[in-house]
Amino acid sequence: MTGQAHTGRPSKLLRNLNSKIASIPMMLTAVVIFLGGTVWTVVYSFTNSKLLPRAKFVGLDQYERLWSAPRWIVSIENLAIYGVFTLVFSLVVGFLLAALMDQKIRFENTFRTIFLYPFALSFIVTGLVWQWILNPEFGVQSVVRSLGWTSFTFDPLYNADIVIYGVLIAGLWQGTGLVMCLLLAGLRGIDEDIWKAARIDGIPMWKTYLFIVIPMMRPVFITTLVIIASGIVKVYDLVVAQTSGGPGIASEVPAKYVYDYMFQAQNLGQGFAASTMMLVTVAIIIVPWAYLEFGGRKRG
Amino acid sequence: MKIRSMAAILAATVVLPFAAANATDLEVTHWWTSGGEAAAVAELAKAFDATGNKWVDGAIAGSGGTARPIMVSRITGGDPMAATQFNHGRQAEELVEAGLMRDLTDVATKEKWKEIIKPASLLDSCTIDGKIYCAPVNIHSWQWLWLSNAAFEKAGVAVPKNWDEFVAASPALEKAGIVPLAVGGQPWQAAGAFDVLMVAIAGKDNFYKVFKDKDEEVAAGADIAKVFKAADDARRMSKGTNVQDWNQATNMVITGKAGGQIMGDWAQGEFALAGQTAGKDYTCLPGLGVNEIISTGGDAFYFPLLKDEEKSKAQEVLASTLLAPATQVAFNLKKGSLPVRGDVDLAAANDCMKKGLDILAKGNVIEGTDQLLSADSQKQKEDLFSEFFANPSMAPEDAQKRFADIIASAE
Repeated sequence: MTGQAHTGRPSKLLRNLNSKIASIPMMLTAVVIFLGGTVWTVVYSFTNSKLLPRAKFVGLDQYERLWSAPRWIVSIENLAIYGVFTLVFSLVVGFLLAALMDQKIRFENTFRTIFLYPFALSFIVTGLVWQWILNPEFGVQSVVRSLGWTSFTFDPLYNADIVIYGVLIAGLWQGTGLVMCLLLAGLRGIDEDIWKAARIDGIPMWKTYLFIVIPMMRPVFITTLVIIASGIVKVYDLVVAQTSGGPGIASEVPAKYVYDYMFQAQNLGQGFAASTMMLVTVAIIIVPWAYLEFGGRKRG
Repeated sequence: MKIRSMAAILAATVVLPFAAANATDLEVTHWWTSGGEAAAVAELAKAFDATGNKWVDGAIAGSGGTARPIMVSRITGGDPMAATQFNHGRQAEELVEAGLMRDLTDVATKEKWKEIIKPASLLDSCTIDGKIYCAPVNIHSWQWLWLSNAAFEKAGVAVPKNWDEFVAASPALEKAGIVPLAVGGQPWQAAGAFDVLMVAIAGKDNFYKVFKDKDEEVAAGADIAKVFKAADDARRMSKGTNVQDWNQATNMVITGKAGGQIMGDWAQGEFALAGQTAGKDYTCLPGLGVNEIISTGGDAFYFPLLKDEEKSKAQEVLASTLLAPATQVAFNLKKGSLPVRGDVDLAAANDCMKKGLDILAKGNVIEGTDQLLSADSQKQKEDLFSEFFANPSMAPEDAQKRFADIIASAE
């Protein structure tokens, strides 16, 4: 490798020069904005910056305060609940819907449109719509009560114990359609011949899905997983629109903590510490996965 | 004909700006968006437009908590508006220290602000290192209990005269299907209600010991324990409010769905807008009827440093317009707040405002918590009390312990 440059062939650096030049702006953006911004944030999370950043270092003070703040703990718990349920339900329900769509049903286009439609709405609109649907005085509860079941109670947004599930319902309603579409595209990419072969071998349909089709759809699943996961970590607007973190602090999420402390409380240091913790959490999940996916064995 | 008049209008829109050559557009941002507030801010705009300049309204909906970050990021991001509302006190402290705000000392000296602005603490809150950076426009006090006369009539009990009577009347209200105390879900409402209880029940001295001297032993002590006991009552009475915004909660009192609300005197604008009369339709108890002291926080306008010279000049005009006697009267009557100058005639003031003016004249005033605590401590307090009011299983003792911690770490 090292001797190559001297043998007269074009150096490795100059190969595909055009494409390398073309990608310089994006590389600069990635390094300066993303990486630079991240490093800057982490560094300033060790300062006592208030409204404006200032480089007066206070060690781990911000982190100590963060982890002793009940609101941050509640935020983390909520994110865990929201994350696990969103991941499981949107994948399971999304896949079931996609598999049903794949049965050559009539009006498939219509159904696909209906299921994907919520995704066209922003989280703010979704949040407001579900705030009204779940409002005990106008929504589901009042409809059921007016049908005669007068003791029916369903007010998740006003009950601190279950409010996060009210948010979850809205999140799933919005996001499952997209998961369905992605997986449906994956299903369509499976060769007809595989189905025929499975049928000749007499393998029941559910087994074909579970042991043949799903493993073949691995790349699609990974794409879907990344999209869902990034949606979970950054959940913010849905909560703001639907509950604004209430009742009390029962539906707070980490992203909202970051925003509130950076701007409302005028305490940048605390906000940076919280966002650094979010980054660390993501890294803890991503790094081992990336290592297994790309590092362990070289494919091709 | 039609086309000709259209053309005339079009021509006018082009010509007019030239006609008023010295007119300058100033964008003013604020978070006054409820019905009563919008009516009040229209008075300011009218007064400023009358000087030949133009008020460009930059209302930001969603109360101060939403609006302030937008304002701050516009100022720090190099796209400042010409003037912006803040609660005077410590909210804009760092912006001033960073040199982003304009020094108004010249205007203030010329117009003798030091003599006309009463109480003096208002101007003190605008003053940093001997220079004046903001123009206070009104005095807002938090310490009011608003009661719906209709609700008490329906429940068959007399309208209470103080907090204790109100607590005692709450079972009757509940029986009549009325929420005794409306507390909206926005965090600042719960925190504010607690501060009011603190002044009423623990008194002025303890209030200052906790919020000014940041004495954590007092905060953890027996006097404040009584306040938490009262907050516990308030929490029980507020069950079933189920609204978010403060004006929705006020509306519950206006419509008789709630017995009362602890809210600042800005609630008065809503009562006025609904056509209700103080004393007949609703009752107001300053200091919860226990301790007639009001805080003198309020709103002020800050003027970011601008490069445009004409705009800077217009900023001076705006600053003096805001404090002109006529503007003060028109604005404060609509807003339900008290004027910042003692020399204006408020003959049109209603009963509640007169009570407020009386207390002000007697000098029974304290500084507001916005003036005493940093935004950071205020936010921590909001987190604590919004959790406390929403979660009936949180013991008052535990809440007090956390409160003392916040006070201990406050700057």
